[in-house]
Amino acid sequence: MLGRTVAALRHLFSSLHLILAQMYFTGVKSIWLVMVTSVFTGGVSAWQAGYQFKSYVPMRYLGGAVGKAVLIELAPVLTALVMAGRVGAGIAAELGTMKVTEQIDAMESMAVDPIRYLVMPRFVAGIIMLTVLTILADFIAILGAMGVAVGFMEMPSETFMNGFRQLFLMRDFLAGLIKAAGFGAIIAFMGCYFGFAAEGGAEGVGRSTTHAVVSAAVLILVADYVLATLLFQICSRSRNYIRGSGR
Amino acid sequence: MFTIEKLHKGFGPLTVLDGLDLEVKTGQSVVIIGQSGCGKSVLLKHCAVLMRPDSGKIIVDGQSLFELPRRDLMAYRQRVGVLFQFGALFDSMTVAENVGFSLKESLRVKPARIKEVVEEKLALVGLSEIGDKMPAEISGGMKKRVALARAIAAEPDILLYDEPTTGLDPITAMVINELIVDVNKKLGVTSIAVTHDLASAFKIADRIVMLYQGKIVYDGSPDETRVTTDPIVHQFINGLSAGPIAVR
Ligand SMILES: Nc1ncnc2c1ncn2[C@@H]1O[C@H](COP(=O)(O)OP(=O)(O)OP(=O)(O)O)[C@@H](O)[C@H]1O
Ligand SMILES: [Mg+2]
Repeated sequence: MLGRTVAALRHLFSSLHLILAQMYFTGVKSIWLVMVTSVFTGGVSAWQAGYQFKSYVPMRYLGGAVGKAVLIELAPVLTALVMAGRVGAGIAAELGTMKVTEQIDAMESMAVDPIRYLVMPRFVAGIIMLTVLTILADFIAILGAMGVAVGFMEMPSETFMNGFRQLFLMRDFLAGLIKAAGFGAIIAFMGCYFGFAAEGGAEGVGRSTTHAVVSAAVLILVADYVLATLLFQICSRSRNYIRGSGR
Repeated sequence: MFTIEKLHKGFGPLTVLDGLDLEVKTGQSVVIIGQSGCGKSVLLKHCAVLMRPDSGKIIVDGQSLFELPRRDLMAYRQRVGVLFQFGALFDSMTVAENVGFSLKESLRVKPARIKEVVEEKLALVGLSEIGDKMPAEISGGMKKRVALARAIAAEPDILLYDEPTTGLDPITAMVINELIVDVNKKLGVTSIAVTHDLASAFKIADRIVMLYQGKIVYDGSPDETRVTTDPIVHQFINGLSAGPIAVR
């Protein structure tokens, strides 16, 4: 199914309207959810970091430490987990219902490939929207952290932002987004896969939905580990390379 | 020519089709009768290549359906219209979008032309007014008729009807029967219909065949069928509880 989805990408442009519709469902309708999740994620990481730093690490590093944690791990992973619950479940339930009510058979009988019509647009929309939502989550989480630092820890916002800027690396941010894109693919694909596997009636659709969410969540965490290792290696290798050639 | 050869299909321990043979001539209208659960829908799904058999073949105009490469399979499906037993309307689309779906997504017909065809087909099934409604907003019988309009929208030359009149009132059912006869004659289509509704069977069939225990056990014209002495068919069409068919 993954292979056929990738093959269906050749219809990318003729399916633009379908992709946009899915992006609206995946993305626009999840903005509030992501904002609420992120503001609390940022806030709690500022508290935790502040608590750990106390008397060991100068507080001016708070912005930097929280910023890194948010950009590399927290925003991509937590956004993905929340979206697995919302979008992955939605896809599995919708396609599962279509499967058990023979709508997918009907589509096939009319010579329309359900992989092209249903799966590919969700796949592309998932990748794009997870990336976009992660950018939003980065932004909101850091604002949330700054809010906590300023409001409850009596830290001037300049101190927080300076700390953030000092340790900010573009490649952390980009690595976070690459991960987000991968998570988007996982969420959409698990939703589609288990939706298409639904059998029986409402109960079968329910089971598919659960499987889609649980396996997406597990795969996100596994992929996070794998991608983190890979990206870290690529980064450190290219850094050595740059250093080597600079000599 | 539509030829089914030694079709076998089981689900786990359950054998549904057990070496079924059937031949339908081009332009002919065959009605399959049989008890609930005997495998009529399964047989039709094989004819639309929505299920694949454990063994056996279906050959249509020289092409063996289950061996077709993807591209030819798509071409075959563009020639086939399927009316599903439960309608299988796309519930995220309006009635009109349902009827126009294959024209838009598979045959790539121009929007203006699609609109015309959709209006024409909805008028044929007596539902001109409901194009903008969603499937959830219309009655069961209306869904069935929309599904029929969708099945014939692309003017296929093979039509597979799974219980086209179940759930309709007797008058609407007769209108639909006449429509099916009309479509079959006018377009010269080959049609295979499944039904429990004997009035409908006698009306639309050139031939009636009976599916029993995974095989075709009877084959005759409507007139022959009415007076047949075949014990299985006799029991079935007269609705007798005593006879060779064990009621499960
Ligand atoms: N996907 C499937 N998986 C497992 N068993 C199936 C499947 N589809 C059908 N069956 C079984 O195959 C048998 C035939 O089913 P089918 O739907 O073809 O019956 P039918 O003749 O159309 O009955 P009805 O007149 O009630 O619609 C049934 O016993 C059913 O349980
Ligand atoms: Mg059936």
